[in-house]
Amino acid sequence: MILEGKTGKWEVICGLEIHCQIISKSKIFSGASAKFGDDANQSVSFVDAGMPGMLPTLNEECVRQAVKTGLGLRAVINKYSEFSRKNYFYADLPQGYQITQFVHPIVGEGVVTIDLDDGSTKDIRIERLHIEQDAAKSIHDMSPTKSFIDLNRCGVGLMEIVTKPDFRSPEEAGAFLKKLRSIVRYLGTCDGNMNEGSMRCDASISVRPLGEDELRPRAEIKNVNSVKFAMQAIEYEAKRQVEVYENGGEIEQETRQFDATTGTTKFMRKKEFANDYRYFPEPDLPPLVLSDEFIEEIRRNLPELPDAKKVRFMETMGLTKYDASIICENKEVAEFFEQAAAGHDGKKVANWLMGDFFAMLNRKNLTIENSPVSAENLGKLVELVENNVISGKTAKDVFEIMAESGENPEKIVEEKGLKQVTDTGAIEAIVDKVIASSPDNVAAYRNGKVALRGWFVGQVMKESQGKANPQVVNELLNRKL
Amino acid sequence: MAIDTQMVKKIAFLSHLKVEDDKIAGTAQEFDKILDWVGQLSEVDTTDVRPLSAVNDIDLICRKDEVTEGNQADKILKNAPVAEYDYFVVPKVVE
Repeated sequence: MILEGKTGKWEVICGLEIHCQIISKSKIFSGASAKFGDDANQSVSFVDAGMPGMLPTLNEECVRQAVKTGLGLRAVINKYSEFSRKNYFYADLPQGYQITQFVHPIVGEGVVTIDLDDGSTKDIRIERLHIEQDAAKSIHDMSPTKSFIDLNRCGVGLMEIVTKPDFRSPEEAGAFLKKLRSIVRYLGTCDGNMNEGSMRCDASISVRPLGEDELRPRAEIKNVNSVKFAMQAIEYEAKRQVEVYENGGEIEQETRQFDATTGTTKFMRKKEFANDYRYFPEPDLPPLVLSDEFIEEIRRNLPELPDAKKVRFMETMGLTKYDASIICENKEVAEFFEQAAAGHDGKKVANWLMGDFFAMLNRKNLTIENSPVSAENLGKLVELVENNVISGKTAKDVFEIMAESGENPEKIVEEKGLKQVTDTGAIEAIVDKVIASSPDNVAAYRNGKVALRGWFVGQVMKESQGKANPQVVNELLNRKL
Repeated sequence: MAIDTQMVKKIAFLSHLKVEDDKIAGTAQEFDKILDWVGQLSEVDTTDVRPLSAVNDIDLICRKDEVTEGNQADKILKNAPVAEYDYFVVPKVVE
């Protein structure tokens, strides 16, 4: 995105920090449940509550999930990593410090390829991924003077993913968040639900005159917890900064809060007044050392990721890049598609999926997992059209019946007598009848009024109750008119 | 290392401490003394010494991913100065 200012063109520079809650049964350093939505303070161990003398023990599953995610980001896995204490005093952190990783994170540099609307792709570099514990949940709306603290979330494992400042537009940041969400969902390492807070995002934004090489001071925007909000925040903040510069002002490094109701960002604090976190090596946990076997075992069991699946669908199932991108964004959709397309024309199945099928799910407010139309039945419906058993038009009606009843399309076609007539003799009789009964139109057509052609097709289809094979009808009309 | 009065004011702010104006210069001097004393460590040549982050040479033992604790809100909240509806209650904190 290039901003046109009064003084010239400006470029926006943005990097993202994303916190992803790790999918695991128990917390990262304790045996309390990591499940969301339990009754207040019921999923809490004495470690999470910061009781004196309690010691953290690392959950091996959280390590595995972080390595898995690192591999999914095509990143370097650091066999040696360390935990650090990040000290801050706040009601949501009973320990008084967060156990995180600072100097030596578990995952180093990687790359994520994003797909842009114009069909191009761009590589976004990953700076690092580290693991840490989540803080408690504070509830501020139960009383005007008090905050209520629930420690259930305190100690749930998090992966913090930091990108390089590679984004040049809100669209790129949006595409990245979607891609990252898709990757972690494919991997099963985070459920990626930004609206439930299991994936949370901060954006660092600066602007500079187009052509300038130096990076200018940036503002860090907190709380941009949806793809849409992240895009809005970047757009707003970039414009704000350009305005400040063009009016002779300066941008100082600062933290700002995104306000979703107004789509604006507001000042929180200057960097110089930021907490000094006094990081130091975590004395309760020795360094984490991973073996090659551990990493290779995870690598061997990685599922096929969206990019690879996309290429495969394009190469072996005849999908366009656009279709493949849409279908592969969501793992469940990709699996449904693959099942439906088995043995059929992939492109045709994709058209059905992205057309009538998604429209039906939207209308019924359903997700693909509880679709009344099964993948197998969608495949059968496409096959019925492919084999000329029913016309494309009849198929749409059959699909609507399937959406209501969940019935097998073959059965519906059989029971309702919807099979199209491909028997040339039967159709020929109808064509003859139509021609015989409208001599005026026949004459007009033969005298050059070719627009009447559609009328003849319509008459034949009507006479056959929509069951005549359109191709056969056309061939016969060609011959007889 | 020379600590100026600005730095003392900043550290006081970050530490939530009130330092009276007439104490600032003296505090700066005290900071200087402490830093000079600790600064003696820089005299040691550590060129070939690997950074040490843990004193105990032990392996990190991981825990299996199992839920072994929970359903003890009563115990967790036992020391809370104020608790309501099984929540800790604190003065309103909104940043």
